[in-house]
Formats: sequence, structure tokens, C-alpha cells
Amino acid sequence: MATVWVPALLRDLTGGIERAQVAGATVREVIDSLEAQFPGVRARLCEGDSLRPGVAVVVDGAVSRQRLRQKVKEDSEVHFIPAITGGAG
Amino acid sequence: MNEKETYRVIGTRPLRPDGADKVTGRALYGADLRLPGMLYGAVLRSPHAHARILSIDTSAAEALPGVKAVVTAADLPDVEAKVASLGEGSVNTRYQSWNILAREKALYYGHAVAVVAAASVHIAQEAVKLIRVNYEVLPPVLDVLQAMQADAPILLRDLRTDELGEKGSALTNVAAHHQTKKGDVERGFQEAAVTVEREFHTATVHQGYIEPQNATALYNQDGRITIWCSTQGSFGVRDQLKDILDVPVAQIKVVPMEIGGGFGGKNNVYLEPLAALLSKKSGHKPVRLTMNHADVLSATGPTSGSVIRVKMGARKDGRITAAQAWLAYEAGAFPGSPVTSGMGVIFGPYAIENVLLDGYDVVVNKPPAAAYRAPGGTNAAFAAEVVIDELAEKLGMDPLDLRLLNAAKEGDRKADGVAYGRIGCVEVLEAARNHPHYRAPLPGKFRGRGVAAGSWGNYGGKSSASASVNSDGSVNLVEGSVDIGGSRASISMQLAETLQIPVESIRPQVADTDTVGYTEGTYGSRTTFATGWAVYELGRRLIGLLCERAAQLWDVEPGQVTYEGGVFSCGGQRLSFAELAGKMDETGGAVVASVSVQPETWGPAFAAHIVDVEVDPETGKVDILRYTAVQDVGKAVHPAYVEGQIQGGVAQGVGWGLSEGYYYDAQGRLANASLLDYRMPTSLDLPAIETVIVEVPNPGHPYGVRGVGEVPIVPPPAAIANAIYRAVGVRLTTLPMSPARVLEALGKA
Amino acid sequence: MTPGKVTVHTRINGEEVTFLCEPRQSLLEVLRMELGFTGAKECCNNGNCGACSVLLDGVLVNSCLVLAVEAEGKSILTVEGIAPAEGLHLLQQKFLEHAALQCGICTPGFIVSAYALLQRNPRPSEQEVRRWMAGNLCRCTGYDKIIAAVLDAAACLREKASGEVRVP
Ligand code: FES
Ligand code: FES
Repeated sequence: MATVWVPALLRDLTGGIERAQVAGATVREVIDSLEAQFPGVRARLCEGDSLRPGVAVVVDGAVSRQRLRQKVKEDSEVHFIPAITGGAG
Repeated sequence: MNEKETYRVIGTRPLRPDGADKVTGRALYGADLRLPGMLYGAVLRSPHAHARILSIDTSAAEALPGVKAVVTAADLPDVEAKVASLGEGSVNTRYQSWNILAREKALYYGHAVAVVAAASVHIAQEAVKLIRVNYEVLPPVLDVLQAMQADAPILLRDLRTDELGEKGSALTNVAAHHQTKKGDVERGFQEAAVTVEREFHTATVHQGYIEPQNATALYNQDGRITIWCSTQGSFGVRDQLKDILDVPVAQIKVVPMEIGGGFGGKNNVYLEPLAALLSKKSGHKPVRLTMNHADVLSATGPTSGSVIRVKMGARKDGRITAAQAWLAYEAGAFPGSPVTSGMGVIFGPYAIENVLLDGYDVVVNKPPAAAYRAPGGTNAAFAAEVVIDELAEKLGMDPLDLRLLNAAKEGDRKADGVAYGRIGCVEVLEAARNHPHYRAPLPGKFRGRGVAAGSWGNYGGKSSASASVNSDGSVNLVEGSVDIGGSRASISMQLAETLQIPVESIRPQVADTDTVGYTEGTYGSRTTFATGWAVYELGRRLIGLLCERAAQLWDVEPGQVTYEGGVFSCGGQRLSFAELAGKMDETGGAVVASVSVQPETWGPAFAAHIVDVEVDPETGKVDILRYTAVQDVGKAVHPAYVEGQIQGGVAQGVGWGLSEGYYYDAQGRLANASLLDYRMPTSLDLPAIETVIVEVPNPGHPYGVRGVGEVPIVPPPAAIANAIYRAVGVRLTTLPMSPARVLEALGKA
Repeated sequence: MTPGKVTVHTRINGEEVTFLCEPRQSLLEVLRMELGFTGAKECCNNGNCGACSVLLDGVLVNSCLVLAVEAEGKSILTVEGIAPAEGLHLLQQKFLEHAALQCGICTPGFIVSAYALLQRNPRPSEQEVRRWMAGNLCRCTGYDKIIAAVLDAAACLREKASGEVRVP
């Protein structure tokens, strides 16, 4: 099962747990599994059917462009981190 | 794949392909373009930092002879809130439209309110003065801490604090709260033998590119819009225009002109949509808009001023046990400061078990922050690296030894839990410690030596390129990456390396959005990495095609043809690249290829800087005596331009540290909106800047390249502050460390 | 003659040029907008960056601060007039060899300014170059390579002029 690092601001939903082992072959499925374990997580990470614009998903150290469609392996590490921004505009 | 590779082109220092044009004055920058029938514009800007716009009367301006069009926010489509992906920056289109022309409220001094096109720039400037705007002046909020107060005047009528998808209930100026947490800082601080805690303030500063923003637009009768402008990313301009003007992307063509510096500040559009609207309204004439430096400073992207509190603790042996930071960054008038980038950088060079970071994105009545070289990183490193220096002092340790002891290595986890891949942090710190500068005696009173480290994550993103082989063996390369600092050279070199031909055989061209595939802008230290990767793929594809041609000539299978040392061969048959290129006609015509890549394996960059200063205790002036910048660049493709990036970043960092900063009066008017009063370093303010290139190849790039351009701006203010401390025994915690601040710290003001 | 406009007689890069301008127009504006000499750059437009540098009767000026009518009877050298008929001027060559430009917007101003310096002082010290160039802003390079290029060009020009041998 993949290891998900729970974002700090969502740890109130996971009882303070920093990492969770969850099933899923894609980031979408990983979030589904998280949601089943810790209800409310999906609404925080996603907006409609996609990841929130301000959230980046990192799988095995690389920021993914496929986002929810990104494949996740059995031993993958998944992080949700704030998207890096340069400025507002 | 690259540790032991020997290169023929990479690592050499050829002349840049666009060099002759640039030293003779022939190169065409945006303001050099002349089109028949061109009109010139001028912008009316708000004299108030915060004011409700009650009415705008443009009739007198419209009546002035020579005036062809006047545009206000009423002419802009009221775009829905949607976030356009701008790569390094994400932009809320509605706010961006509001920034282009103030609607309902002007939110900063210099906010554009109306714009005029006329037969000459002088007429346009006269017309602007005839526009009557009725303002209800509101109290401005200029300080990030003040803006966070519950009773602060509110800038935006719908802003509530976002905490990863959860919105606060009250209206506020705090657009977002971000948090990163690893381990348990409480426990970490309990384990510490020494702790240091300080608060830092950094001023709003500007990218300071010498060429002001400019844009020329032709809105054709058929609806096609052509924009010629000074931008870091032509496709980014196209994306923003499509949203702001609400037109299909196919209708827009963006032609990037030569660009006179950007440093992050020329990703966002300011003038382009206005020029397009004026062109449309003036009967489809081409319209040129240019800023002056007062406009540039007061109304284009500065980077955030900030308040940062840092607490760090270490055991007696120097091991850092916990690090905590609270970062509040000014976003300017609309949300979107680089505070998350600052959080990424703040303890980046170190492996620390327990970390807690809280970041706040806060709107204030200043221009919206735009990216600036390692956005948010310099502020953050200033805070952290001064605290580490103090830790070293309290522990009685050498400041570089302390850093080395805690340096991040492959497999160590950053604050956000993501593990580093192969990085060169240790190598950089070791190179600094072993550098003669670090050991050289520094005699004399009021002199001191400081060090600081810095990290930056870098970026990858989308790049495209295409190429065609000429019959003489030269290759025409078409790329979409705007060349701000010699990237035509570094990209051509990677193609030449791949093709195993001389770099002089490559003819690079930066193309418009109709001509080349989608390419993200020249930002995020991505161009040599990602566009370099694109031309690597391109080269391999061309070689594949040429192998097929050779196979045809020799009547063998393409797989039997090998290419090595610039020669195609099979059995006893041999043809050089140029010879085979000469036989294209007889083997099926032109050989062309195009590729698009989106690599995700950019490697982070690390830097360590050493600086000697002398402080004049009478005037408070700080002189830089000697400067050495050490940096891991992965692989230096064109070492001279790598050195140039490092030196340029250092120079900007020195300005940020010592002399640059926005001064607003109590009404929120920018008091130093000129290059005389916004003090960027001149050749007299800087010494020679020595560079030390460390090469720890990035395993995620065919030639080991890491981004180079951003990290050199991260350490300078901290290194200088640490040097000042060693020189005169006071810790400066506010930027810029101007003479007045130094005197104040010395108790003399 | 257009009413309100003034006729100005000059010599630009060795050629006689007569133009009409409004009294309020700067020399920079006329060079760029009317005469097509866009090598001089308009950046700060108030004398603080040096990107618009030209020589007016041999004197280095910021052309944004000179009125076009002031050029009456004078000779002007712009960056377009620096290169000889064949090839590049040594200063230009050295700027390329030393990678002394990144974005290049400041480069014409630096080349004109350095040209003026070397006319006055063919053997400047590093500090003299830094002092002379302090009126030209470059935001990209940190000046290091620009100073090196000027010093190198000065040495080569001296060598060319006198057969002087360079100590490397
Ligand atoms: S444009 Fe003339 S000095 Fe800057
Ligand atoms: S090279 Fe860009 S300003 Fe000098």
C-alpha cells in the first residue's frame, strides 16, 4: 500500500496521524481510500473532480502533472503540498 | 548516465548566436518595433493607495484632437473567477482583470484606471490629464502585520482565509494560511541545549529589470489579435489574454520580442490586454504602450515584503533538533504571495527532524506581488541563516561546520516530508569551507566575514522545439523559450552535443506562439533544463531519421547504421553528418523533427556564499570587500553564462540586503518610484564576484543539468548580515540594512 | 517646414542628417522614433540608467536628457556607429567573448560609455572603469564580466595601437 503524508492542516481529520497506508493505483483512488478512512479529506483536497489549484501532488519525489490520474505504486510515497507560486499577478 | 561522460560542446564557452545583434544595437526589443499607422498610448494611474472609484469621465480626453480611443474597466469583460495555471504562479483571472484596470476600487498607488491611444505619446499623455475620476479615498493598509489585525480596513469584499480548502467565516486580508509540520517541535526544543528566536522584517523590493514593460497590439478586423511584447513566456501571455479578454486562444498570436530582463516580473501581463482593447476601439490600428520606470516600480510586480519569526534549537554537539517559522508575506492588492515558496526554502539546506512552518498570504495596498528570482526564498533564508549563525556562535562552532553537520543529503526529508534525491548541498558547503577566501585573514577594524547557505527547488514544465537539417549539415532550431540571458547558446549547445556537430552549425530562433509548440516561460530556472531536454530528444530523433537515410543509401536496415563521433557508418561505409545532409534530396527530401517534453525530474539547487564587509561606524555604510559564491549547478552547459547568472543573482541579493526597498508615505504613495531613489547596485557598489561551480549531476536530466538562475539570490542578505555582525557586533534583522539602520543598530541614530 | 517644428542639422555616425522635430522632443526620442536609431534604448527616460548613452561632439551624454534641438550643428555617435566597416569593434568583440551581456538591453549604453572612456583614458584601472560605468545600470550581470571585457578591450586596443605586448 502507498504511504500518504497527511498535510498538516488535515491532521485534525486524521486524529493527528502524519502518515497513512492506503490502497489505490492512482492518486484519485488514494484520495478515495483516504476519504473512506478519514471522512472530509476529499472535500479539502479536491474541488469538483480535480485537485484544488493551490495543491500539488508529489509522487515518489516528483511533482505530478497528471495529478489525479497519476499512477501510484504499491510502495509509493504520496505528498500533497502547497503549489509553489511566484506571485499573484 | 553522465558521471563519467566527456562532452565536446557542453562545458565550452562559445559566443552567443545573437551576440552580434546585441552589441551593435540591431537586436529588436519591444519598444524598437515600428508598425505603419501605429498609435501610442498612455495610462492614467490612481494617485491613491485605496479608493473607491465613484465615476470616470473621459469625455474631455476623447475630445482632444489626435485621441483615437479611451478604455476603462467598463471595456473589459467581467471574467469569472478562475485560476489560470501560470506554472510558477497561479493567477486568479478575476483579480488579474481587476489589476489590469481598476474596477470599483483602486487598490494601490499607480493602479491603472484608464488608458488612451493617440497619434503621439505626447497627445496621449495630455489626454490622460483630462480624464476626471471621482474617488472616495479609503484608509490604506501597507503593513503586513497591520493588515492581519481583525479591525484592519478590508481590501477585497469577498476574501476569507483559506486553510487547505476550508474557508474562514470573517472577511479578512489574510488570503490563506498554510502549514507544514513534521515531527514534534515541542519535543525537539526540549532536547535542545541552545535555542535562538528572532523576528525579521524585509522590505518590498522590485525585480528592477532595466527595460520597462511594453506591448504593441493589433486587433485585426477578422478578430485575430497579434501582440508584440517583452515577456518571459509568450504562451503565458496568450493564456492570460484569452482569459482576460475572453477570446478563443486560436485568435491570439504572441510574438516575443527581445527582452530586457525579467527575473520573474515579466510573466504577468499588464499592458498587453490594454493595447489590444485600444487597437480594437481605435479602428484596428496598431497600438503601442510603454511604461516608464515610475510605472514599473509603482505598478508592476514587486516581491513581497515580509515578517518572519524563526526559532531554532540545537544540541551541544551542533545537531539541530527543531526549527519553527512563522511567515507573513505581503501579496500586494490580490492574493498570491510566494509564501509557500518561502516555506519550501526556509530550512531547505538542512535535515531537521522536527519542523513547524506557518505561512500567511496577506493582501495590502501595494501592487500585486510577481515572481522574483527564487520567489520568497531570499526573505526566508535571511531569517533562517541569521538564526543559524547565532546558533553557531552560541555553540562556539564554525558556522560552516554547523551547517555541514546538519546538511541535507539524498534521502533526507524536507519539512513537507518529501525526500531529497541526489543533491549537492554537502559538496557546496564543503567547497565553501575549503575555499581560500574562507581561510584568508581579514585584518582591519570594522571588518567581518559572513556566510550563508540557500536552496531552491527549481522547476521543469512544458517545452517544445523543432528542427530542420540543411543540406550543408547545419541545423535550424526553432524553440519557444525566450532568451533572457544567453539560453539560445545553452540550448544550441545541448542540441549540438546530441548531434555531435559543432555548435556553430546550429541556427537557433525563438518563435512566436503560432510557430512552435507550447513552451512555458523562461522562469523557475527551467529553460536550460527543460528546453535543453527537448532539444536532446529532438537531436536523437534527427539522428534516427538520418540513420534511415543512410540505410537507404547503403541498402541496409536502419538498425545496422550507427552514429558516433559525428559519423554515420555501417560495415565499411561512412558518411559524416554534413555529407549525409547533402544527400537528403536523393533520400526523400527534408529531414525535420519536432518534440515536446514535460520533465518532472528537475533537481534542487544549493548555494553557499562567503562575503567580507567593512562597516563605516560614522555613516553606517556597508562596503562589500570580497564576495565568493559557491553553487551546485548539476552540469554547467555554458560556464560563462552560469557564472553570469550567479553574479547577477548575487548583485540583486546585495541590493536587497543593503539598499533596495519601497518607501511609502502615510497615504500609501510610493515615495521612491525612480531609479535614482530606488537604489540598485552600480558597478561601484560591487566588487568582483568570484564564482565556484560545483557539479553534482542531476540524475534526472540527460546532461545532468540543474536550474541555475534562482538560488544565487537566496543567501546574500543573510551572508551580509552575518558579516556585519562579525564586523561590529550587532545583528541586523531588518532589510535593507541601509546606513540609517546600521547606525540605529549601533546605537548612534 | 511644418509649423511648430524646428529644423536641426547634425552629423550622425559620420553622415549628415537633417531632421524636423518638436522643441519638446528629446534627442533620444528623435533618434529612436523619427530616425530609426533604436540602438540607444529608452529605459528610465530621466538620466538614471545610461541605456540611452550617445556621444555628442565626443562627449558622453544621456540622450534622454538632451533636447533634440540642442544637437544643432553637432555630431552624434550612436552604438550603430561604433563598429568599423568590417567586423566588430574590439569592445563589442570583448563583450561577446567575456559573456558581458545577458539580456543585452544595457549593452549599447555600456559600449558607447566604454568607448568614450577609452578615448579619454586608454589605460584605465579596474576602479576607474567601475567609477566611469557607475552611470550605466545593468541588472543582469553584476558588472563583473562587463568590467573584465572593458579592461581586456583596453589592453588589446593599446596593443594594436602601439605594438605593446600584453602581460597576460
Ligand atoms: S533612458 Fe536615458 S538614462 Fe535611462
Ligand atoms: S545585460 Fe540585462 S541589464 Fe545588463
